[in-house]
Amino acid sequence: MSEPVTADTTTTAKSGVDVARFASRRTLVWRRFLRNKPAVVSLILLVVLFIACYALPPVLPYSYTDLDFYALQQPPNSDHWFGTNALGQDLLAQTLRGMQKSMLIGVCVAFISTIIAATVGTIAGYFGGWRDRTLMWIVDLMLVVPSFLLITIVVQRTKGDIVWLIVLLAAFSWMISSRIVRGMTMSLREREFVAAARYMGVSNWRVIVRHIVPNVASIIIIDTALNVGLAILAETGLSFLGFGIQPPDVSLGTLIADGTKSVTTFPWVFLFPASILVLIILCANLVGDGLRDALDPGARPLRRRRK
Amino acid sequence: MTRFLVGRLLNYVVLLAVASFLTFSLASLQFEPLDSLLQRNPRPPQAVIDAKAAELGLDKPIPVRYGHWVAGVVHGDFGKTIGGQPVTDELWRRIGVSLRLLVIGSVVGTVIGVVVGAWGAIRQYHLSDRVITVLSLLVISTPVFVIANLLILAALRVNSVLGVQLFEYTGETSPDAIGGAWNQFVDRVQHLVLPTFTLALGAIAGYSRYQRNAMLDVLGQDFIRTARAKGLTRRRALFKHGLRTALIPMATLFAYSIAGLFTGAVFTEKIFGWHGVGEWFIQGVATQDTNIVTAITLFSGVTILLAGLLSDVIYAALDPRVRVR
Repeated sequence: MSEPVTADTTTTAKSGVDVARFASRRTLVWRRFLRNKPAVVSLILLVVLFIACYALPPVLPYSYTDLDFYALQQPPNSDHWFGTNALGQDLLAQTLRGMQKSMLIGVCVAFISTIIAATVGTIAGYFGGWRDRTLMWIVDLMLVVPSFLLITIVVQRTKGDIVWLIVLLAAFSWMISSRIVRGMTMSLREREFVAAARYMGVSNWRVIVRHIVPNVASIIIIDTALNVGLAILAETGLSFLGFGIQPPDVSLGTLIADGTKSVTTFPWVFLFPASILVLIILCANLVGDGLRDALDPGARPLRRRRK
Repeated sequence: MTRFLVGRLLNYVVLLAVASFLTFSLASLQFEPLDSLLQRNPRPPQAVIDAKAAELGLDKPIPVRYGHWVAGVVHGDFGKTIGGQPVTDELWRRIGVSLRLLVIGSVVGTVIGVVVGAWGAIRQYHLSDRVITVLSLLVISTPVFVIANLLILAALRVNSVLGVQLFEYTGETSPDAIGGAWNQFVDRVQHLVLPTFTLALGAIAGYSRYQRNAMLDVLGQDFIRTARAKGLTRRRALFKHGLRTALIPMATLFAYSIAGLFTGAVFTEKIFGWHGVGEWFIQGVATQDTNIVTAITLFSGVTILLAGLLSDVIYAALDPRVRVR
């Protein structure tokens, strides 16, 4: 994979390149990411959506709990831009509220599960032996129990508490990433710079933090970005089945579940939250792909087919 | 090979035992199976509630209950639901329903996905490849429950344009299917089209992405050039040397996707009104029934592990570099 991340490149001295202007790895990655137009647009769109779902509700005429008895099941109009549902709730306000929940959960779950994956993966891969066997056995066990089903069992008692939902989703979504990190750590362990550090008497934890983690950082970042989409999918799925966010609060999942009941007669109740959800996940995936291409150009064969 | 398999199997049995114990304890701790009785109005006499609690073994500690459950499972008896029906019969019936729903969709989806992915890799950066990549990303980003509903909306449009009920979207059969084997067959197919399409779309999108990447890795290798230099036709080189090699890493993916199949089918079953395993699990959680939930967890664990074993065997058979002790 990638070379060890070092800030100062001394090999440029003789080549006549101005060291001060020599692009660091970070700049290179950033430039490569910027060249990927879909990813950049998606990132901007995600940021805009995130800001909008928190900034817009106070300035809108309707709150997500308000009932407008003069507009039940109304299609989109100038008063209610997304239409209203059977109770007369404004769908725009509800969708924004649902976006707040879903995006917050998605980002938190992705970060927490990646941190777990990185910790477990580096420990198992670096130390090996009984630590490796124990941790990988736990990973196997958690892959065997259908995590989605276990979450539904536990989440029943938590009454739709968002913190619990984040903890549970994160606790069941780190396993495969940790295996990838473990594999990379195992190959890094054999590299010269790690061996050198160990022979110099650097403590194991310092080796992990200073030498292993920076070298698996790219996969960790990519993984976080791709996990956002997966986490949002999991959360909306749970809420769709009635096990996630509980009414009166809403998430995109509960809104889509509402819309499903009347999808054939009042399609807008379904279509607006659904398209927002697809847009968010699509953007998250595109950003993840863009980060992968930028951080890890070897992962995708970019060479053209030889004729 | 045999020793390797036996070792694997033993490990799996231990994993299954621990997994079922964890699920059983977790469900027993979390569930309040008497809630449905207690919340009834008027409240049933205390004697009735106590009798139910004794019948469910709620007075015993959880390990004892688990031991009782295991003793039954060894004899193929998964206990009774809270309502008193045997879990085993219902489980088999539901597995049948789920299989009728899942088999066609996932097989068709997998095959088409692999073909589409390989084709995209061969035509990398052509228009067709770009279109496939964009479409598969779009489908991957769309949750199953959205795809299903969009398909229903589209089917409704088609139905109303044609003026006949061509696509059905609730249940496995119509309740009033008119006699005759042919009519019943047609009726079943009508009900099967939309859920199958839902399942297949997801599979196609997922597999084509992975297969494209795997195929691209292989196409850049020297042995493909060697095969061409040797005088093989392009098609032969791509299919015999390229696709076969690119399929190897997919074996693991097949196994993991079977794991996700039954949980993924929860949404398809719920939206299209099929009474399969996934729907039953949701019911089990809703009625706070430990036996149903644990039985389904065990079943799903068994499928995952069997698939894992199968993928190991395929891997060993396809890839000469894999040597088993």
